[in-house]
Amino acid sequence: MIDVVDVSRRYEGDRAALDHLSLEVAEGECLALLGPSGSGKSTLLNLIAGLDRPTEGSVTVGGTRVDRLGEAAAARYRRATIGLVFQFFNLLDDLTVLDNVLLPAQIAGRPAGASRRRAGELLETLGIDRHAGAYPGRLSGGERQRVAVARALMNRPPLLLADEPTGALDTASGAEVRKLLIDLHTDGQTIVLVTHDEVLAEAVATRTVRLVDGRVATA
Amino acid sequence: MSAVRTVVRGAQRRRVSTIVIVAATAMAVTATVLAGLLLAASSAPFATAFAGQRGAHLTAFFDASTTTSEQAAATASQAERAAGPFPVATAAVRPEGLPGIPFMDLRVAGRADPARDPVDKVTLLSGRWARATGEVVVARGHLRIPPGSVLRLKDGPTLRVVGEARSISQTSQGWVTPDQATALGPAGWQMLYRYADAGTEAAMSAHQAALGPNARTQSWLGVRADAAHRTQLFVPLLSAFGLIGLALAALVIGNVAAGTVASATRRIGVMKALGLTPAQVVRACLVQALIPGMIGAVLGIVAGDLLAVPLTADVADLFGTVPMSVTPWVDAAAIVAAVLVISATAAPAAWRAARLRTVDALAVGRTPLSGRGRRAARLAGRSRLPRPLSLGLAQPFTRPARLVAMLLTIAFGTAAATFAIGLASSLRLVQAADQKPATSADVVVYPGPDGIGTDAGAVIAATPGTGSYYGRGPADITIDGLREAAHGTVTTGDAGAAGYEMLDGRWYAAPGEVVVTTGLLTATGKHVGDTVTGAGHEPFTIVGEVFDGSANNHLYTDVASMPGLRSPFEWYVKLTPGTDRAAYLDSLTSRHLEAQASEAESADGTLIVLDSLTALLTALLVSVAALGVLNAVVLDSRDRVHDIGVQKSIGMTPKQTAVMVIASVGVAGLIGGAAGVPAGYLVHHWAVPAMARGAGIRLPGSTIDVYAPALLLTLALAGLILAAAGALLPAGWAARTRTAVALRTE
Repeated sequence: MIDVVDVSRRYEGDRAALDHLSLEVAEGECLALLGPSGSGKSTLLNLIAGLDRPTEGSVTVGGTRVDRLGEAAAARYRRATIGLVFQFFNLLDDLTVLDNVLLPAQIAGRPAGASRRRAGELLETLGIDRHAGAYPGRLSGGERQRVAVARALMNRPPLLLADEPTGALDTASGAEVRKLLIDLHTDGQTIVLVTHDEVLAEAVATRTVRLVDGRVATA
Repeated sequence: MSAVRTVVRGAQRRRVSTIVIVAATAMAVTATVLAGLLLAASSAPFATAFAGQRGAHLTAFFDASTTTSEQAAATASQAERAAGPFPVATAAVRPEGLPGIPFMDLRVAGRADPARDPVDKVTLLSGRWARATGEVVVARGHLRIPPGSVLRLKDGPTLRVVGEARSISQTSQGWVTPDQATALGPAGWQMLYRYADAGTEAAMSAHQAALGPNARTQSWLGVRADAAHRTQLFVPLLSAFGLIGLALAALVIGNVAAGTVASATRRIGVMKALGLTPAQVVRACLVQALIPGMIGAVLGIVAGDLLAVPLTADVADLFGTVPMSVTPWVDAAAIVAAVLVISATAAPAAWRAARLRTVDALAVGRTPLSGRGRRAARLAGRSRLPRPLSLGLAQPFTRPARLVAMLLTIAFGTAAATFAIGLASSLRLVQAADQKPATSADVVVYPGPDGIGTDAGAVIAATPGTGSYYGRGPADITIDGLREAAHGTVTTGDAGAAGYEMLDGRWYAAPGEVVVTTGLLTATGKHVGDTVTGAGHEPFTIVGEVFDGSANNHLYTDVASMPGLRSPFEWYVKLTPGTDRAAYLDSLTSRHLEAQASEAESADGTLIVLDSLTALLTALLVSVAALGVLNAVVLDSRDRVHDIGVQKSIGMTPKQTAVMVIASVGVAGLIGGAAGVPAGYLVHHWAVPAMARGAGIRLPGSTIDVYAPALLLTLALAGLILAAAGALLPAGWAARTRTAVALRTE
């Protein structure tokens, strides 16, 4: 499903965040990217999500050359293909939980009724339906991350990208999110997970890749 | 102090918003300078210019046949100060290259150095002074002939126009060298006087009498009265523009300053966490707002002084005075005002930032203040609008103060545009009403050079193609209660076809009936239906009040009302449909009548000046408003850049992002436009009649009610366009911002 070939990403000063890295991810797989800070994990995730472009090499997701997409095409690609979960949730604080979850469908112009049904199902499945009318600021970290996952899954993306999803959570909340990811993968969701958390990687991932200085150290 | 410097440097690094702050402040200060100059120029313009030119309280002309130049010079001792005698000549001239313009009299004074004489220091407006024979400087306002033109004299030689000048005292229609005046054959001598006591009619009458019966004199009191008419007509207009400009500038500068501080609050939080004291915070905030503000103010002063050159020239033309030079006190006042407004608006924001708990200051900038705008967001979310649009519409409610400031900015801009458009329309209608005799006819036949022209009526009647026609000519008509004879127009034939706008009553239908201007009614205290008496005619019944665009005491009646009067008639002819006008004119010319196709005069100088003035001021005010919006949207986009990154990460396209940012000014644009249009409408409906009342004119309702519903609707939507124009640049920036970069932004 994901085919990363000989990808490099250099920033100002010619520092390489990724250095001739190649990687494949199969459909239904859950890949954990491990590595120290600055190893290039988040950069790789950004390239797969079409949030950034490689300096060299190609990134293909579901047959789409992501590295060749313009901003508008990349946005449409993300709508259709990618669900993103961030370490700090990145929820919009002036929207309710329900409105946050609905947002990707609304931006994509999906029918309102079907979208509301889908959002309701997701909130119920993730156990946060009682917070539908609440604002994110009043939820716990674990609850907020569940909202973020619900939002990521709203458009039924074939690929879920999670960047340190438990990094900002306490132990109990981290465990909740871990279980959630296991459930999703069990249901067939393809997941790429960036984490420092070896326990999380071990519990969720079917394969682990360790990055050091922008290269694959162990696979 | 180094901590303060760190906070300030943070702002300097935000290039885009700093540029916008500098630009908005600069334009607002430019508007302040120009508005200040307008108010200064509108304050007693005649008195200021008269004092500046050491204007002549009395201008006397001594005929050469009765008075020698030595005798004229001897009268200088009667005044506190005098200049002359200057030879005066009258030449019949016609501009070359403009066929169809008849010869007209140009009275010139021979003065070696008109700018330096002790009385009536004439101001050169363009070109240079006449230095040799064959050169003339014309008085602007009398002849609108640009330097470089050539005037042909009736007997062959020419005069080249080398400059335009203005004498506040209106002592001459042109200036030549003394040798040139002598060569033209001087008709007499001009003396110019200033007196210690010149403030009353009685004093001036005494001075006039002292010069003896051979002096023909012009008192400055008459010139001042004429100037007052012009001044009173435009002072309310220019003052209104000036005040709108000052208010808008203060609003934009205040908004910019407060926004600058608010946008630095998170950085201040970081610095507080590192040990910045509240006093240092206040200092840092003020310095941070003042630095770009002061740079903008200095640029604004420079731009204002540059723009002041054409503006003050226009205003001087309007008032018939001389252009004000750049006024240092206006510049100084604009800088002081800018500093005060910046400090006054930045101080509360700075004080708030200083008192904010560090943890809250750190949170500010990432999230809006809790609770604000949520209802709007919820309502927008439930609407059927595309989500980027509804997100944008709800966005400004998270920062209500900024929304109100933006709304007021747009309201001011829209009000200025509404006022300016209404004013231009009113003036056009006034001018159209003023040109009625010419525009309601197809052909005008002028009186012959040596005849009264009444025979022309018979020729016109007999010429095939004549539909209706009437003749009109001037007459001085004595009216009891008026100090001087009224300017009259006597007519013969179907003069109702002239189509004058009636303010009251009807057009006259029989001898003995008259219609009069508002000025005459005011001067005599009469009303429509009353009777007026006077020497040389039977009592007249006033049957109507007519609008003629001037404040004169004017009276219109049938020539039969004035038995024995012989007046040179102009004839106005309406042709029967299908008549070839050129052939008709040829037919009249072949019968020795001077006839021309009638056409509206080109827009007069005053209208052109007013048009350019209102266009300049409106463009400036609208630009200030748009920059105010731009600044607010830049600040807002900066505050929300992380949210924009999130929205892009879940699939929002650049186009949708741009739509969202532009929509964020939609509410302010709609409400501001809807509020600004009635405000501009009310200012127009107050200012235009006030202008007219000041000049002693009553305007027809048609010249006031100039706003068609469609125009008002368009103007209301203009608020939206103004807002969208201001948001366009930041929308582009937001759309182009790379998602990964936006997500990393704190």
